[in-house]
Amino acid sequence: MSRYIATRAIRGANGLVAEAEAMVSSAILDQGPDTPVAFPNTAYYLPVALGMTGIEVETLGQLSDVVAHARRLLHPVPADHQWTPYLGETLDSGMATLLAAETIEAIRYIDGRQPEVMPGFDLAGGSAFTSPDTDAVAEESPNGHLNGAIDDIQLRSWGIQLVDGRMPGFAAIVGCAKSNEVAVQIVRELQRRNILCFLSGNVNGRSIIHQLIEEGVELGYDTYTVPFGTDTISAIYALGFATRSALTFGGLKGGQGREILLYNKDRVFAFVLALGEVDDLKYAAAAGAINFGFPVIADTVIPQILPTGVTTYEHVVSMPFNEIDGVDDLERAERLVQKCIEVRGVKVHIADVPVPVPYGSAFEGEVVRKADMRVEFGGKQSRAFEYLRMAELDKVTDGKIEVVGPDFSEIEPEGHMDLGIVVDVAGRQMEKDFEPVLERQIHYFVNGASGIQHIGQRDIAWIRLSTKATDAGFRLEGFGKILHARFHADFGAIVDKVQVTLVTDPPMLTELLNEARVAYDFRNKRLEDLTDTAVDVFYSCTLCQSFAPNHVCIVSPERLGLCGAYNWLDCKASFNINPTGPNQPIKLGRSVDSIKGYWEGTNEYAKIGSHGVVDEVAMYSIMENPMTACGCFECIVMLIPEANGVMVVSREDTSMTPAGMTFSTLAGLAGGGIQTPGVMGVGKFYLASPKFISADGGFKRVVWMSSFLKDSMSDELKVVADLAGDPALIDRIADERLVTTVEELLPWLEEHEHPALTMEAIL
Amino acid sequence: MAEQDIPSPRRGRRSPQEASVDPAAQAMLAFADEIGASTAFSRADTLGPCNIGAVGMCCSLCGMGPCRLTKDGSTGICGATIDTIQARNFIRSVAAGAAAHSDHGRDLAFTLKAVADGEAEGYTIRDVPKLRVVASHYGINVRDRSPEEIAGDLADLYLDQFGRQQGVLEPIGRAPVKRRKRWEELGVTPRGIDREIVEALHRTHMGDDQDPAHILHHAIRTSLADGWGGSMIATDISDILFGTPAPLLGEANLGVLKDDMVNVVVHGHEPTLSEMIVAASRDPDIVEYARAAGANGINLAGICCTANEILMRQGIPAAGNFLQQELAILTGAIEAMVVDVQCIMQALVALAEGFHTKIITTSPKVKIKGATHIEFDEHHAVGIAKDILRLAIDNYRERGATHIPDYRNTLTPGFSHEYINYMLGGSYRGSFRPLNDAIMAGRIRGVAAIVGCTNPRIQHDSMHTAITSSLLQQDVLVVETGCAAIANAKFGLLIGDAGLDKVGPGLREVCETVGIPPVLHMGSCVDNTRILTVLTQMVEEGGLGDDIDEVPAIGIAPEWMSEKALSIATYCVASGAYVIMGGSNPVEGRQDKVPESVLVADHMSSGWNEMYGGKLEFVDDADEIISRTINHIDAKRATLGLPEYNPTRFGMSGDARVEELEALPLQERRSALYGANS
Repeated sequence: MSRYIATRAIRGANGLVAEAEAMVSSAILDQGPDTPVAFPNTAYYLPVALGMTGIEVETLGQLSDVVAHARRLLHPVPADHQWTPYLGETLDSGMATLLAAETIEAIRYIDGRQPEVMPGFDLAGGSAFTSPDTDAVAEESPNGHLNGAIDDIQLRSWGIQLVDGRMPGFAAIVGCAKSNEVAVQIVRELQRRNILCFLSGNVNGRSIIHQLIEEGVELGYDTYTVPFGTDTISAIYALGFATRSALTFGGLKGGQGREILLYNKDRVFAFVLALGEVDDLKYAAAAGAINFGFPVIADTVIPQILPTGVTTYEHVVSMPFNEIDGVDDLERAERLVQKCIEVRGVKVHIADVPVPVPYGSAFEGEVVRKADMRVEFGGKQSRAFEYLRMAELDKVTDGKIEVVGPDFSEIEPEGHMDLGIVVDVAGRQMEKDFEPVLERQIHYFVNGASGIQHIGQRDIAWIRLSTKATDAGFRLEGFGKILHARFHADFGAIVDKVQVTLVTDPPMLTELLNEARVAYDFRNKRLEDLTDTAVDVFYSCTLCQSFAPNHVCIVSPERLGLCGAYNWLDCKASFNINPTGPNQPIKLGRSVDSIKGYWEGTNEYAKIGSHGVVDEVAMYSIMENPMTACGCFECIVMLIPEANGVMVVSREDTSMTPAGMTFSTLAGLAGGGIQTPGVMGVGKFYLASPKFISADGGFKRVVWMSSFLKDSMSDELKVVADLAGDPALIDRIADERLVTTVEELLPWLEEHEHPALTMEAIL
Repeated sequence: MAEQDIPSPRRGRRSPQEASVDPAAQAMLAFADEIGASTAFSRADTLGPCNIGAVGMCCSLCGMGPCRLTKDGSTGICGATIDTIQARNFIRSVAAGAAAHSDHGRDLAFTLKAVADGEAEGYTIRDVPKLRVVASHYGINVRDRSPEEIAGDLADLYLDQFGRQQGVLEPIGRAPVKRRKRWEELGVTPRGIDREIVEALHRTHMGDDQDPAHILHHAIRTSLADGWGGSMIATDISDILFGTPAPLLGEANLGVLKDDMVNVVVHGHEPTLSEMIVAASRDPDIVEYARAAGANGINLAGICCTANEILMRQGIPAAGNFLQQELAILTGAIEAMVVDVQCIMQALVALAEGFHTKIITTSPKVKIKGATHIEFDEHHAVGIAKDILRLAIDNYRERGATHIPDYRNTLTPGFSHEYINYMLGGSYRGSFRPLNDAIMAGRIRGVAAIVGCTNPRIQHDSMHTAITSSLLQQDVLVVETGCAAIANAKFGLLIGDAGLDKVGPGLREVCETVGIPPVLHMGSCVDNTRILTVLTQMVEEGGLGDDIDEVPAIGIAPEWMSEKALSIATYCVASGAYVIMGGSNPVEGRQDKVPESVLVADHMSSGWNEMYGGKLEFVDDADEIISRTINHIDAKRATLGLPEYNPTRFGMSGDARVEELEALPLQERRSALYGANS
């Protein structure tokens, strides 16, 4: 600390704790101590209170215990002279501030004052604020308010990107930038590096949230830019997110405050960026953040705290905006962001993609609405396809980007045209098997450009270019430049040369499309043949171990990783890219039990990979030594003993399940690298695999599944049903629209003659 | 004797300014001269040290001697060589020092036992968490048990350490693994506290151990039974019974005595009675009794390490360090000086006769001819404490003219290792990481423990303040105990403000970050064990090697005089520290006359360094101590591969710029601080 900061932080902490105490007392008076308290869709009660004190807050009355704890952490402000030490005292007061802030927000949720109302505002990509009780509210509109607490589902869906380093961390931006232009630039710079931006706070009533809205920047989950609230207190959601990262992925429990904070210091690359004047409350909240190892960077003159220790590098850095070197404010904003990254030691690998629009994963979720569209390829009225093929080294000219046929300049606004994207790659380590692995990346690579939307794959690709992007100079060559840059950056170990052809010329397009379709068919056959018995190695996946230190996935051809992002071929390619990386071949060796799926090799690896936490893993059973999960699973499979079967809940499903718990609560049981028979986190495409809990009876055991899965995987599930010899099987499975309790489930299953009822007892 | 009573002319006598650098002491020495009173200062001027004994060349262990060995090749009557004689004299001092600390620890263990049994009036277990932590070190069950039950087991275990005959002393387990292994390999792991001390005395009886290296080997073992035994027990139990110190505001120097109050000075080393006197002095009946006697209440102050004990925990002011015990009496303002054990000059009684001050001895082990003896018994502590205070109050009306020098300074004591851990990260993130980081980066060049006594043969406080000030400016963080801490407190080095303007740029940043003074007061002389614990925790935190001898740290006792100091020095060396003692060298010898008379000193330096990675050297010049300290720290940094110390690299952070801008007029201030917001 510095005495200046300590004084203000402790003063701010004392003030906020007093405010929280007053709010708790009056809320209890008004509404009674038993009034329920929760952040919507989070399984961790009030996460900071849970993490730091172990209190599982469910009612208003329990908030008294939280503020009492906060009170005990407070200290008097240091004297002007002859002071006693203040660093530990300030950090404690900072923690008190966080507990008080979370208490205040929880009460505001009861009152309907959280998430903060902002008339006319639309969140990009939905909202946390879906009431678990009435789906109607969620469906009504996600609009008219800021985000509030991030829900668990979003945390988990970001999980894989957080753990594999694609999303290096988050920036808690508090206050108001020097100008709207600077605000946009700061956020763009962070987005470019795939750093999540959490926005809160204001300076004299004006918040960066206002600035970005005025500039038309899309805010919400989809753009990695989440507006919490326009007061400082809402910054608590960032620390709640951090706490839940440790609980979700780190296998830590409530009350393990020190461990949770150290987890964040070592693994979550986050920092606080304070824009504009820093007042007592901001200092107090910053002191709370420093407990997590998150440094604070300010764009004003504040005392610096450069010695290290509580944070990995400097604790507090002042970079007065006007003193930053730079030709203009935009360059200053860029330098400010660079400084933040340097101070936190965030590892950012960023491919320099030479296109005239902002580029980064943060733009992957951007939507281009019809009204904003210049031209589209594919979709209802035209055709687009993408095809990546391996070629001989001497047949490929690296960096060559060729447009065959007319450009879109003749197409009327909001019009459409056909497009073929053909990528030729060559490399000494390249294999035919890697073609589909690389081809699937086109979706992510193209989507990274701001103002460009990409949906689908192969010959059902659908790409939209916004007027903004084309006005900025984006042309068809841009696709080639993106693909060339990203394949080199991300797959340089197997790709030596990349050449891209963009085809609009009808005859050539038809010719290439036909060639592509032959290749698609060939690959489909190859995948069908690629079964667990056809290979002698599986792959480990320890990508998550930076976050979930003892979890290990074993990926087989018929069982993809639980995050859904890595199948066997992906792992194989990844091993070729980085032979010492997170995906290592596991030689199967002798089969120990081919039904349950034990091999000597997999058992041995499970022990090593989990650091001794797990002794054995059954690849095909949920009942015996099931595979563990980190926390980023797409679905949870859980035993319903009464129904002699299992249910499958997708993370998109926020409703109640027959197990009496929502996805969020179940996730707490399934994650953290712990083996729990009867509970398993899986990737959703595993449901369609012949090896899906095959030792326990396979897919016919599924008695209940989220309707989201039924809808989004209808084609795959149809195949599964046919294979099971019962084309009506899917209709015999209940979902949340039909049944939400186990009492309702049994008669429903009987009525629909579900096969599980007559199967051998699962227990 | 007649000669020294004559104040003037001061032939061969130092002026007050030459005798002490402390203005309060100077004032009192001038007053002593004025009234012709004898003090340790004046006696040191007139009574020179024996030039043969002082350098360890005299053996008086049996009736055949004393033998003075002043010629090359000469031996004692029994044939003992000079190095044997020096080693024997040295280990006897170590044994006496270890005995003093350990017996102090034993008495505290008895008190703890009495508290556990509910037989100690007025005492409670104030620090239950520490009790549980300490008990857990030894596998004592702490779950679902009352503090008294745990305390009973801990007291038994600690009492057992004194009389234990075999095996390993339990607290040894708290040293770094590598260090314990080294002790094991070298065969110096202590078995029982009393056993090692008895064996030291046995070995040095006429006709026993006559191999100097073998004798010194046991000196190591004996000292370890003190540092990782008796002293550590004393510190642990003091914290458990009276509270683990945390920073508070206190004052030091004779100016803390009050003209209008009953001044009671507690002097010596133990907290047991003094804590009770503190409590009794706040008792309304006693306060009323004092008022009835015409005083404005009771003013308690401490001298020596009793002062440190109650300063660290209660903020009771320190009237001064060892050499100020007589000077305090000279103020004429003290109604009673209550003493317990160690470092109490017999001269107090004679000096007090010229004033109204009552010297009250309290320990069953310590009586002084002519003093009032009120024996302390922990079973009836409250009553005894009140009796003592009443006696002092009754004496208030006997007070004559007073001469309280108006010098005192504030300080922030209370740096237990528990608090240091807390202050570097708070309740949730407490650790030694920031300290280790600061050393590794070079903001803090290294750590010096400056400890020990004051000695009238050295200009009082001069070495302490000179060395401390210089090291601070070179970014060395200083931790202190005992009379050294009081010395620097008097000069304002133990207050937060000193961290801004009396230190180098890197250390300033650390002081400002944490809010600490650049000199951390860690307690009394038994509390040097806290320093051992800190060093152990620094090693365990990582980045500074895996044993204490790798840490860029040093121990210095610039003005030592007691045998306890030699025991402390030896256990610090055994623990891996380089220790420099200022002042006289008891094993100095006379190389010009008896070449072999330097063998023991060599062994303590290079021999011990090879075995323990720590060494003991005696250096009487402050500049030389400073330069050896810096060289040692820099060498350790280099061995660890840390960046070379560079004072220009750090110092960019802090409050100064903001405070400057905040002084600007409002409009300018806004744009200077926040820029122009659109």
